[in-house]
Amino acid sequence: MPVTMQRRAFLAGLAAGGSFVLGLTLGADADAASPSLTKVRGGDATPSLFIGITAAGTIELTCHRSEMGQQIWNAIAQILAEELAADWDRIEIIQAEGHPRYGDQNTDGSRSVRNNFHRLRVAGAAMRLMLIRAAAKQWKVGAKGCRAELGEVIHDASGRRLGYGELAAGAAEQPIPSLKQSEAALVPRDQWRYIGAPVPSLTVPKIVRGQGTFGVDVRVPGMLYAVVARPPQVLGRLRSCDDAASKQIPGVVASVELPVLEPPVRFKPLGGVAIVARDTWAAIRGRAALELEWEPGENADYNSKAYAELLFEQVREPGEVRRKRGDVDAALAGAATRITAEYYVPHLAHSVMEPPAATARWSESGDAVECWAAVQSPQSARSAVAASCGLPEDKVTIHVTWLGGGFGRKAKPDFVVEAALVARAVGAPVKLMWTREDELQHGYYHTVSAQRLEGGLDQQGRCVAFLHRTVFPPIGSTFTAGASKPAWGELRLGASDTPFDVPNLQLESGEVPAKVRIGWLRSVANIYHAFAVQSFAAELAAAAGRDQKDYLLELIGPPRTIDPNTEGAEYDNYGSPMSDYPIDAGRLAHVVELAADMAGWGRTLPAGHGLGIAAHRSFVSYVATVIEVAVDDQGTLAIPGVWSVMDAGTVVNVNHAASQLEGGTLFGLSNALYGEITAKDGAIEQDNFPRWRVMRMPEAPRHMEVKIVASNAPPGGVGEPPTPPAAPALANAIFAATGQRIRRLPVFDTSRRDRLAVAGSRHEGDEG
Amino acid sequence: MSVKLRVNGQAHELEVDPETPLLWVLRDHLGLSGTKYGCGVAQCGACTVHVDGAPRRACVAPIGSLAGRQVTTIEGASGPHAEAVRATWEGLDVPQCGYCQAGQVMSAIALLERVPTPSDQDIDHAMSGNICRCATYVRIRRAIHSAAASIGGQAGQAEASEAEEER
Repeated sequence: MPVTMQRRAFLAGLAAGGSFVLGLTLGADADAASPSLTKVRGGDATPSLFIGITAAGTIELTCHRSEMGQQIWNAIAQILAEELAADWDRIEIIQAEGHPRYGDQNTDGSRSVRNNFHRLRVAGAAMRLMLIRAAAKQWKVGAKGCRAELGEVIHDASGRRLGYGELAAGAAEQPIPSLKQSEAALVPRDQWRYIGAPVPSLTVPKIVRGQGTFGVDVRVPGMLYAVVARPPQVLGRLRSCDDAASKQIPGVVASVELPVLEPPVRFKPLGGVAIVARDTWAAIRGRAALELEWEPGENADYNSKAYAELLFEQVREPGEVRRKRGDVDAALAGAATRITAEYYVPHLAHSVMEPPAATARWSESGDAVECWAAVQSPQSARSAVAASCGLPEDKVTIHVTWLGGGFGRKAKPDFVVEAALVARAVGAPVKLMWTREDELQHGYYHTVSAQRLEGGLDQQGRCVAFLHRTVFPPIGSTFTAGASKPAWGELRLGASDTPFDVPNLQLESGEVPAKVRIGWLRSVANIYHAFAVQSFAAELAAAAGRDQKDYLLELIGPPRTIDPNTEGAEYDNYGSPMSDYPIDAGRLAHVVELAADMAGWGRTLPAGHGLGIAAHRSFVSYVATVIEVAVDDQGTLAIPGVWSVMDAGTVVNVNHAASQLEGGTLFGLSNALYGEITAKDGAIEQDNFPRWRVMRMPEAPRHMEVKIVASNAPPGGVGEPPTPPAAPALANAIFAATGQRIRRLPVFDTSRRDRLAVAGSRHEGDEG
Repeated sequence: MSVKLRVNGQAHELEVDPETPLLWVLRDHLGLSGTKYGCGVAQCGACTVHVDGAPRRACVAPIGSLAGRQVTTIEGASGPHAEAVRATWEGLDVPQCGYCQAGQVMSAIALLERVPTPSDQDIDHAMSGNICRCATYVRIRRAIHSAAASIGGQAGQAEASEAEEER
C-alpha cells in the first residue's frame, strides 16, 4: 500500500517528483445536450480534480478533505478506486492544498462522504470510460467489448490487456464523458469491491512507525520556533511588555507583538506577544520569562458560577417560540402528571492531542506566504491569512498536514494567521506551536447551556405535552459581535428536530451574551440537546412507571417521517435534502431495538448495576447506545459495558465506521464524566491535564460492542453522530443503578473526583 | 555545553542547554518527529520513549540526565515485541488520528517486554498514563492481548483468559 504523502515533496516543490501525471483539462462536453460533470450533485466531478495516472501506472487520488483520524483518505480512495476499477496497491493519496477548485473543503459537519459520494463516483466512472475508450481506440475495437479491472483494460474477445499507465496519455486525449454516460456507467452496488469493505487504513502503517507529518512535524530550512503569550481574557489587550529577561535566554531570537483583537473575534489572533527562538524549548522558556501586564477588557466579569445562575434565570422565563405543535400550555395545565427538569452542560475544550500548530514561510519579495498547518478548513485558513496579512487570496498557499485530532478546533485557523504574522515580522520561516495550556485556555469553547423541560402525562402515563427551552451563548457571537440569539443552525442540532410523537410540543430559546470565543465541537449542540431530551424521556418513563426503552419507543412513535418546517421551525436537515434524508422515526426506533437486544435489555443485573439507553438522530444518521454502570456503596462508578448501534445509511468502510462509533461514544462519555471548562474573572481556570480531565484506559469500558446497520440508504454522517447519545445513556444508567438523577454535567467535577453521592442531592440546582 | 547520548543506536553529541527536555532535542535538533508533544508535564504520554528499555516521558527528561543512556523512539523500536505490537495495531486499525499512538505503542511494547501475558488490570496500570482523545482504548486493549498471544502463542493466550476469569 505505497501511499506517499506529498508532504515530503511539497517542501521542495510539488513538481519535484518529476513523474508524468495525466492532467485532464476542463473540456467541452462530449454530449452538449446532457449536463457537464461540473454540475454533478455534490459539485464538480471533473476527473482532473481528483485523479492522476502516472505513466508507471500509479493512481494519484487527491483527497480534498482533511485526514484527522476519521480515515477520510480511505473513504475517498475506496470510492474513487471502486469506480476507477483500480488496483488498491497502486493508489497514492495526494492531500489537496486549500483551493476553491475542490469545492467545499471544510472537514466538519460529518459530511465528507455524504456530500462527495456521488461526485467522486461519477469522477471515477468518467475516468474509467476514458481509459476504456483509449484502449479501444488503440486496439481499433469497439469500446463495448472492453472492460476495466484492477488497473487494466481488458478486451475479452482477444484477451489483450493494457495497464492504466500505458493508457494514461491516450485517455487524456479522450473527451470527458457526459454526466448521463458517466452515471450510467456507475458500478452496481452488488458488484462493489471496495465500497463498504473493511479495507485496511492507509495511515496506520505509517503511524505505528513514527512516520507521517502532522502540523507540529513540519520542518522548513532556516525555520524558527514560536509560542505566544495571549491575553487571559478574550478582547483583553497588552498594557506593557518587558522582554529583557526573555532575551537573556539562550536561543531566544525576538519578541513580536501581535495586533490587538477587535470584535468580531472570528478567526483572528487573540493578540499578545510571540517569542521566537531557535527551538521550541527556548521559545517556551522565553515566554515564561516575559513580564506582562494586561488590560482585562469587557469579558473580565465572566465567572462560570454566576453565569450558570444567569442561564437558569433565563431558562425559567418564557422564551421565543421556535417550533410549535398543538397547545403545549393548555396540555400542561390539563395533564394528570406534570414533570419539570433543568439540565446544565458546561463549556468543553476540544483537547485535540496535537495542539494547534502552523508553519509559515514568506516569499523573498514578501508578497506571498506559504503555510503548512493541521487545518480542517484550508480555504478559511487561506481567507483568514489573506485578510490579516492584507494579501489577495491567491498569494496564500495552505498545505494541509495530517491532523492530530480535529473535533472542530482545527476548523478555526487563528493559529495559522499567528504563524503568518510572526514569520513576516521576523523575516524567517516560523513554526508556531500552541502548548497544552494555550489550547485549554484560549480555545473556541463548546458553549455552556441550561435547558428546562416540562412534560405532561395523561391518566395512562402517555406524554401529551412536551416543552423544551434552551439557553446558551451562540456560535454566532464569534462572527457577529454581541450576537446572543441561538441560530436555527444550532437549534436543528437536536432541539427543533425532536422526533417525538406527542400531540403538543414546543421549543423555545432564550438569549445570553457570549464571554469567550464560542466554537463548535464534535456534534456541537447535539451534545447538550440530546443530553436533556434523552434524559427527560427517561424521567417521563420513570414518572409513568414504565420501562425506559419501551417508553422511548412510544415517544418516537410509529414509523413515519417528520418535518419540523411544518411546525414553525426553519430546519435545513444538515444541508441535505429532506427527500433523500427524511427524519425517519422508523430508523430511530430500529437502532433502539437493536442496541437493546445487543445489551440484553431487561436481563437481571447484579446489585448496584443499572442500564441506561438513549437514541439520537444527528448528521442524518441514527445512533442508539446502552450503557451499563456499576456503583458500589462508596459511590464508585464503573462502566462494565457499552453497546452502540449506528445506522448511517451506506457506509464506505465498515471497520472505520465502527471505530468512529467506539471513539465517538467514548468521547461523549469522557466529556460527560469529567469535561468542564470554567472561567474566573474572564480567564479559563483549567491549564493542563489533569485539571482538564479526559478518559483514560482504566476508565474505558472493558466490554464494548458496536454494530453498523447494513443499509442501502444514502450515506449519512459517521464522525459525530456517535457522541450525543453517550451522556444521556450514562445518566439514565446511573439513575437506574442509584435512583440519582444527573442533570448537571460533568458527573464528576474536579472537587468530587470519582465518587457519586450515594444518597441525597450532589449539586445545587439539581432539583427540577 | 555538550551532551552525549545514543538514540536508536546512533551516537549524538549535542550543544544544548542540559535542562532541555529530551522531547525537544529529538524533535527540533535530531529531526525525530515521531515522538509527540502533548502536555509538557508528563500527564498524557504522547512523548513516551524508552530509556535503557524502560518507558520514560521525554517531555520531562532533561537531556543532561541522559548522558551515556540508550534512547529508543518509535522510529527505532525493534524486536519481536515491537513487531508484534505494530502488526496487531495494523491488523485492528487501532489508531484514529494517530497522534498519541507513538506513545501508546511505546508503552505497550514496554508492558509486553515486562509482562508477556498482561491481564486487563496490567493493561490499565501500564497504559493509564497515555491519553487518547479519539478514545481508541477498546482497540488498544484488544491489540495488546492479541500481540501477547501472537508472541506467546496459544498457551499465553489461555493463561491470560484464565487469569481474567479468576478475578
